[in-house]
Amino acid sequence: MKIDRRSFLSLGIGVTAGTTLSPLPWKLTDDLSIWTQMWPWTPVPKDGEVSYVHSVCTLCPGGCGISVRKVADRAVKIEGMDGYPGNDGSACPLGLSGLQLLYGPTAIQSPLKRVGERGAGKWQKISWEAAIAEVAEKIGRLREDGKAHTLGCITDSDCGTVPELFKRFLTAFGSPNFMRTPSCADTYEMTLKLMHGTDASPGFDVENANFVLSFGSGIIEGWGTPGRMFRAHSAWKDKKVKVVQAEPRLSNTAAKAGQWLPISPGTEGILALGLAHVIIKENLYDKNFVDNYSFGFEDWKDSTGKVCKGFKSVVTDRYTPGYVSGITGIDSGDIEALAREFAGASSPLAICGRGQGSVPGSIHEFMAVHALNALMGNLNRAGGVSAVQRADYITWPEPEPDRVAQNSLKNERADGAGSARYPYTKSLLTRLPAAINSAEESPIQALFVANANPCYTLPDTEQVREAFAKIPLIVSFAAHMNETAEMADIILPDLGHLERYEDVPTPFGMNTPMVGLARPVVSPRKGARHVGDALLLLAKQMGGSIAKAFPWTGYEDCLKKTMGKSWTGLTENGFVAKADYKPAGWDAAFATPSKKFQFMSEACGHEGKTGLGAVAAEGDPKAYPLVLIPYDSMRLSGGAVANTPFLTKTVADTVLTGKEAWAEVNPKTGGKLGLAEGVHATLTTPKGSVRVRVHFSNGMMPGMIAMPRGLGHTAPDAYLAGKGINLNALVGPVADPTSGLDAAWGIRANLVIA
Amino acid sequence: MSALEEKTKEVSEGGGFTMLFFIIGLVVSLIFGWVVFPELLYSQKKQPFDFNHALHSELVDEGCESCHFFREDGSYAGVPQLAQCVGCHEDVQGETEDEAIFVNEYVKTGQEVPWLVYSRQPDCVFFSHVAHVKTAGMDCQTCHGDIGQSTSLKVYEENRITGYSRDIWGKNIAGFKTHTWDRMKMDDCSECHVNLGVKQASVQTGKGACFVCHK
Ligand code: SF4
Repeated sequence: MKIDRRSFLSLGIGVTAGTTLSPLPWKLTDDLSIWTQMWPWTPVPKDGEVSYVHSVCTLCPGGCGISVRKVADRAVKIEGMDGYPGNDGSACPLGLSGLQLLYGPTAIQSPLKRVGERGAGKWQKISWEAAIAEVAEKIGRLREDGKAHTLGCITDSDCGTVPELFKRFLTAFGSPNFMRTPSCADTYEMTLKLMHGTDASPGFDVENANFVLSFGSGIIEGWGTPGRMFRAHSAWKDKKVKVVQAEPRLSNTAAKAGQWLPISPGTEGILALGLAHVIIKENLYDKNFVDNYSFGFEDWKDSTGKVCKGFKSVVTDRYTPGYVSGITGIDSGDIEALAREFAGASSPLAICGRGQGSVPGSIHEFMAVHALNALMGNLNRAGGVSAVQRADYITWPEPEPDRVAQNSLKNERADGAGSARYPYTKSLLTRLPAAINSAEESPIQALFVANANPCYTLPDTEQVREAFAKIPLIVSFAAHMNETAEMADIILPDLGHLERYEDVPTPFGMNTPMVGLARPVVSPRKGARHVGDALLLLAKQMGGSIAKAFPWTGYEDCLKKTMGKSWTGLTENGFVAKADYKPAGWDAAFATPSKKFQFMSEACGHEGKTGLGAVAAEGDPKAYPLVLIPYDSMRLSGGAVANTPFLTKTVADTVLTGKEAWAEVNPKTGGKLGLAEGVHATLTTPKGSVRVRVHFSNGMMPGMIAMPRGLGHTAPDAYLAGKGINLNALVGPVADPTSGLDAAWGIRANLVIA
Repeated sequence: MSALEEKTKEVSEGGGFTMLFFIIGLVVSLIFGWVVFPELLYSQKKQPFDFNHALHSELVDEGCESCHFFREDGSYAGVPQLAQCVGCHEDVQGETEDEAIFVNEYVKTGQEVPWLVYSRQPDCVFFSHVAHVKTAGMDCQTCHGDIGQSTSLKVYEENRITGYSRDIWGKNIAGFKTHTWDRMKMDDCSECHVNLGVKQASVQTGKGACFVCHK
């Protein structure tokens, strides 16, 4: 007998047969498959009681109602809240991924004091007491030196208790320099001021409109209250409501619209006047409204008795379809057809504010678009635009500024808003950097920044950083590290959006006055405090009339007392809305000098909206033969709150690859420049030069380059820093001649193969 | 002998020997697969301390649901939390060592007891107790057996690969069962669903088959 190779083979066969007949392979396969499906290192929330907390998302001005699912004390999922006015169950990807901010690494854990160079990111942790004492001491010295008016405040909103607390602090302190971050709300509000005479924000009855004409508004790209716009947009599809999108780039909104009009950017207002021309010429407008409730349609006399041209003659004399076609690039036949279709609808709605509306825009463009709604009498009625009165629930007694503050409040604002030059404008933050940079000593000596990130979001970032570097004291109330907090001297960390209470009054575009309640979903992190509490502590530390202006024990006390009887409703339902609200009828709606809707306003000079044409892009056309236009996307957050890692993952490879950003051009333009898909190129504007990759897209008008907002962060966030390019660094502000607001829609540029 | 005959002989001799090796291989691997493998696959873990279900169920009014209750919203509370026990166990009751451990190490320190749950399913499974107990009127035994009458907790056998309890696959390594509660695998759920003609579509997703439990 010999043990040979064959014996081993049969041993092997025996083992195989035995193993197959045993449960081992089957059980192992099962276990391994379970193991691979449930990697033990994948974090899984602990078991516990499941609960839902209704709150309001404050990551953008949209203010969507959200419902957060919790397991024990951990928030595990964010969804849109059913039944919340506007968004009713929907939410955007930024809002849905808000847990990554809550549990992410950028949340600031304790007050910080800058120790290194400004912007170098070197911090020392300090106690709240020490931080408040230091800020109070420094700004106190400003008051002693008669410079109380040099305290500035930048925040994202001007209504609601938090912005009101800031305003109150500034008033009691003695400064007029409260500044809201710019957006198309500024221009819309001024439009309503000039045309309706009311201090209101626009409400769009998107649910009932049956024809929508958008002058570049990113209806599904985050314009207005995004959650609500998504819903309205899907409802329009079902109801066969036609959407017409005038925009130079085939955005998602344009792609899904019934008609896309590729228009030369910046000429949207001219198109509106061209449409008005056809509507007036063909007598398609609402005569009852125009004859009885409007002023300035026919020729009129101004306060000096001079006869001025009315809207009708200006529009009919000049803005013929042929003329408008030459400027806008849109076929004159299309203009006529569109005008008839618009006027033929029972509730046609015209809206403007490019993309998400982050740039205020030209006042004349807004007035021209709004005049279209007025021509159709589509104001303050179903399916139209209404002037929604500002929230009226804050009824605190006026603060009583002491003598120092009273004197100091007489000073002009540092940004020029409300001055003789720009009497109707409330905030001109985009003018502030230049004002600081051109002055010997910065007109802002101390600055509070809350819920805003101007060092990232303002145009001409370089100039902004330069200006901030000249401000002796910057106090940031950021919850998360960002570009502006990095420039601060002291950071007093705010609670995150899922950790705090806050009232959220009627968001931009809502047509019913309401207020929602953001409330803590989880217990807040220890080292942070509500910005309202931080401000109350500071006021207390300042003492005197400033402390007296803040009689509350804390922010929660202030909020509850302010809301009074509404508090119960707010906590039970998450919001209170005036269900029976109806906008005022035409006979009572207008508070202009004529008590009527004003097509023309003296504020605009007698030529009004018509004489100025399009706002030109900055740059010499010879040196910069192309035009760079920024665009917005739901996958990128261009606002004060930066992208979450989840959101960045959704960005297409032709927008961002690794750290490289892509620029979109029409293949024809690209071909002429000797470019090809995917090549590297140098993009230059008067503001700077960057390296990009080229993406050919037939959805771009020739002669233009498009890049998205929301990339190119520098703040220390491993998921974002250094990825792509911040478009604001390449585009500078262009002041609207009447409002002073930023009306830049792009900038001249050049693209050369690298 | 011719060369051919020699070859034949060798082959036939080798044939018996080959058979022996085959049988050795077969037997060893069968023993390994059936006896040794299960021993290796599961680690034996003890619960933090022992618990007497029988004793407790005599003292309560509503059977299992007295402690394993449904919350107001219909969700199932599962294993009791400390808060439910402290009412009676604020101080040590009786003289058992387990009671002392419970009160001193957990009740007094406010730390939840890290019970090892025999019926814990993977997180990719959606299971609603209320649908089974309240809507379908099933009793606890059908799935959990007689644990309610037990006087002590059995050893928890943890699958070293998956981390789940042996009770999911069942004590029988071949996967055979005699009682409905012997196993808690996917097939057992679907077997019952099919037998009872349960609607084969998810209420939430409206989709059938996998989506009933994997949402
Ligand atoms: S749209 Fe704005 S408010 Fe709404 S969920 Fe998104 S980030 Fe939040």
